[in-house]
Amino acid sequence: MAENPSGDLRLVQLSKEFDTFTAVHPLDLTIPQGEFFALLGPSGCGKTTTLRMVAGLEEPTSGAIYIGDTDISEIKAFKRNVNTVFQNYALFPHMRILDNVAFGLKRRGDKNAMAKAQEALELVELGHTAKKKPNQLSGGMQQRVALARAIVNRPDVLLLDEPLGALDLKLRRQMQIELKRIQADVGITFIHVTHDQEEAMTMADSVAVMNAGRLEQVGSPAELYDRPASTFVANFLGQSNLLTSRITGDAGEGLSSADCHGYPILVATENIPDGVSDVFVGVRPEKFRLGRHGRNQLKGTVTDDSFTGVATQYLVRLPWGFEVTVIQPNDGSPRAKVGENVDISWEPGSEFILDASQDEDAGMLDTGLRHG
Amino acid sequence: MANMAVAVGGTEAPPPRRAGRNWVPYALLVPGLLFLAFFYAAPMVTLGSQSLQEGNVYDGYILTGNVGIYPETLSEYWPHLFRSLGYAASATFFGLILAYPLAYYMAQKAGRWKNIMLILVIAPFFTSFLIRTLAWRIILSDGGVVSDVVQASGFDHVLNFMGLTQGDTLLNSKFAVIAGLTYNFLPFMILPLFAALDRLDPRLMEAARDLYASGWQTFRRVIWPLSLPGVVAGTLLTFIPAAGDYINSRLLGNTQTVMIGQVIDSLFLRVLDFPKAAALSFILLVMIVALVGFYVRKAGTEELV
Amino acid sequence: MKWIKKHLLLFAALAVLGYLLLPNVVVAVFSFNSPRGRYNYEWNEFSAAAWLDPCGNPGICEALGLSLRIGLTASVVATILGTLVAFALGRHRFRGRSATNLLIFMPMATPEVVMGSSLLTLFVMAGMPSGSLNITIAHIVFCVSFVVVAVKARVSSLDPRLEEAAADLGANPLQTFLRVTLPLAAPGIAAGALLAFSLSFDDYIITNFNASPSSITFPMYVWGAAQRGTPVEIFVVGTVMFLVALSIVVIGQILSSRRERKA
Repeated sequence: MAENPSGDLRLVQLSKEFDTFTAVHPLDLTIPQGEFFALLGPSGCGKTTTLRMVAGLEEPTSGAIYIGDTDISEIKAFKRNVNTVFQNYALFPHMRILDNVAFGLKRRGDKNAMAKAQEALELVELGHTAKKKPNQLSGGMQQRVALARAIVNRPDVLLLDEPLGALDLKLRRQMQIELKRIQADVGITFIHVTHDQEEAMTMADSVAVMNAGRLEQVGSPAELYDRPASTFVANFLGQSNLLTSRITGDAGEGLSSADCHGYPILVATENIPDGVSDVFVGVRPEKFRLGRHGRNQLKGTVTDDSFTGVATQYLVRLPWGFEVTVIQPNDGSPRAKVGENVDISWEPGSEFILDASQDEDAGMLDTGLRHG
Repeated sequence: MANMAVAVGGTEAPPPRRAGRNWVPYALLVPGLLFLAFFYAAPMVTLGSQSLQEGNVYDGYILTGNVGIYPETLSEYWPHLFRSLGYAASATFFGLILAYPLAYYMAQKAGRWKNIMLILVIAPFFTSFLIRTLAWRIILSDGGVVSDVVQASGFDHVLNFMGLTQGDTLLNSKFAVIAGLTYNFLPFMILPLFAALDRLDPRLMEAARDLYASGWQTFRRVIWPLSLPGVVAGTLLTFIPAAGDYINSRLLGNTQTVMIGQVIDSLFLRVLDFPKAAALSFILLVMIVALVGFYVRKAGTEELV
Repeated sequence: MKWIKKHLLLFAALAVLGYLLLPNVVVAVFSFNSPRGRYNYEWNEFSAAAWLDPCGNPGICEALGLSLRIGLTASVVATILGTLVAFALGRHRFRGRSATNLLIFMPMATPEVVMGSSLLTLFVMAGMPSGSLNITIAHIVFCVSFVVVAVKARVSSLDPRLEEAAADLGANPLQTFLRVTLPLAAPGIAAGALLAFSLSFDDYIITNFNASPSSITFPMYVWGAAQRGTPVEIFVVGTVMFLVALSIVVIGQILSSRRERKA
């Protein structure tokens, strides 16, 4: 669908230092053209600073930004073919909606500015608001105007800075779908900055997770979820149970044996990071089963249960006192009660394995999740 | 204009750092600051220098460094100086008492009448100060309504007893001067107070009531502390001009109510004793700046403008 | 009784408003007086003579004209200088910020007598004879600070992202300033200019120090008149000023509330 193949966006050793701290450590990142890309991380992780450098609103301390083969890092913001949907939208309050949308086109001397702006408004289904002023519109409408105002310029890259942050949950879901639809329609590279892991995973083709000014991991949502590369990613995206274990030897059939607080378990050898024996064996809550269904089995006591409709979430205390989260689909299988002694089991290979020298709780407080 | 006034007392952070173009702010500042350097700062130097010169208008002045002029001037005019500060302080105090209920009502209770009341506060302020002061001569004159009411109620004896008036006339008295000063600078008190109270979230008052605060406690513990920036700005904007004013004391007072501005004016323009006039002017400036500086520090406001 | 208690605040507010407006009412009423002597302090009988010939008293309209000229010049210059400074303070970080703030604050903390007399000493030492140029300069000095405060309040409340959005949409710095920053700051600039004009137009004390017999402004005329008698014409001028100010403020309010309602 893309009309002007301008190439991928590449950040090369890009960094930003402020007076007192380093917002972004030198990072390398390539975002393929036409992709819906999410930059995900807790507030203050450097994702917005990175975005602002791409927009030209912040000058990089070092490094370069390329679109295709062109280095754009020296080009001023107003000459860059990159547009931004700002947090809280930044619509010009003294201009009509139509004039807001036509603003960029007019600056480039486009003769058809008004017609194109009207067309862009129709795309976001707000053609009838053209003559209104921004604060006559609801938050969701303003959000779509901001989107139209940026897209109408057909930028090489569209930057979205927490664009849904100010909307309520229902509107947010709706806009997530809408944004994906529009992105598919126009075929422009979208870079979406957000701190909401669910939003990033539902919308983006690829996600880059940032933490403390560094890239933690880049990949598809499924890769990040199933094979997180660090405890931060494991905890920040979804819930994780990290079982401290030691790899003890080869068990054949592509499996290795491990010792988890004195209990023998099996893991997939290919999941073990090179040259490491002290590890966290990570199991997502829904990979656990209550009862003896898998080859790995542990005993525990239910300490809490909460019914969420589709599933029931249990807290189970293991013999050495560690609590794990177990999520069981409400598919008719028997439910456990608080205080009940249960078996929990899982299949080798459904786990991910991380080097145990990292901070076990990294990325945890930011999501508000807590367990064990 | 309400914004203007409250900004005087408000604290705020400097704007965020912007990339590059660091010469821009200096280019913006140069014309204005040069003008103020030439016509505000330089005159302060010439004023100081004038006070240390000896001679007369006809033969010219020579700089002799006669610092003795300061104690001399001070011993001669300290009653006027302290009288001025006292009048200004009274006008500020009464202004605050009068302005607060009006500002609070406009900000929190007036609803759709808010703008109309604001207009009625601002409009007289744009009308000639002098003419309005002359109107007070009419209002307070013997045989006028105010005078009759005061006499009928016996309030004239109270005023007499307090030494604010003499006999049964209200005019040409301490009372008239302070009333005039209070009146003249009242909008300067109302507007910053209004701006501060207007930003007050009414839910805070409800929360205070919900947490068992009485009406008075709500005022004392919630409303008043949050309106302090407005109070500081308003009292400064009232006290400073009132202390140097002499229009009210001249038009509404008598020979016992002469304020310091009147003395400086006549020393400069009638007596033509420039050094003494300059010294007195300088003393007034130093006293005001010292008082304002002390007050601002006490009130804890940092960025003044 | 309960009703009174409930509306106590309203009564207090109205009483203060009355105190503020009473002199204006008196001025308006007495502009229709035909005084017995030279002083227009006591009601005698109704007459519209002064309204029919407001320039009837010698010098009054010349003084008014001079005040208007000085007020316009001083407010235009002060608005330009003050707006530039306000943009620097409200939009940029730079060294010497607190010194600048102090230099802006000081003229507001200086009593008028001190400012007037200090300028007189400067002009005397520079050998510059008193007159309307000196008055205009003096007025600019005290107006600049008020303009800075009015404009800065507006400028620093503007969302810096609006300027970034303009740059992001391809507006160069000049276009950004003219199309986004300036229109948004306009109400503050207008308020500053109006304030500067009214301060200049109304000033007596500073003017008096720097005026010559050939440069009598309207407040000086009123002052002079008050010493010898009070012509009814000045009450007419006072009433007209009140009405003009009232309509400017009303129009301003209507414009801004309409903008708010529309916006």
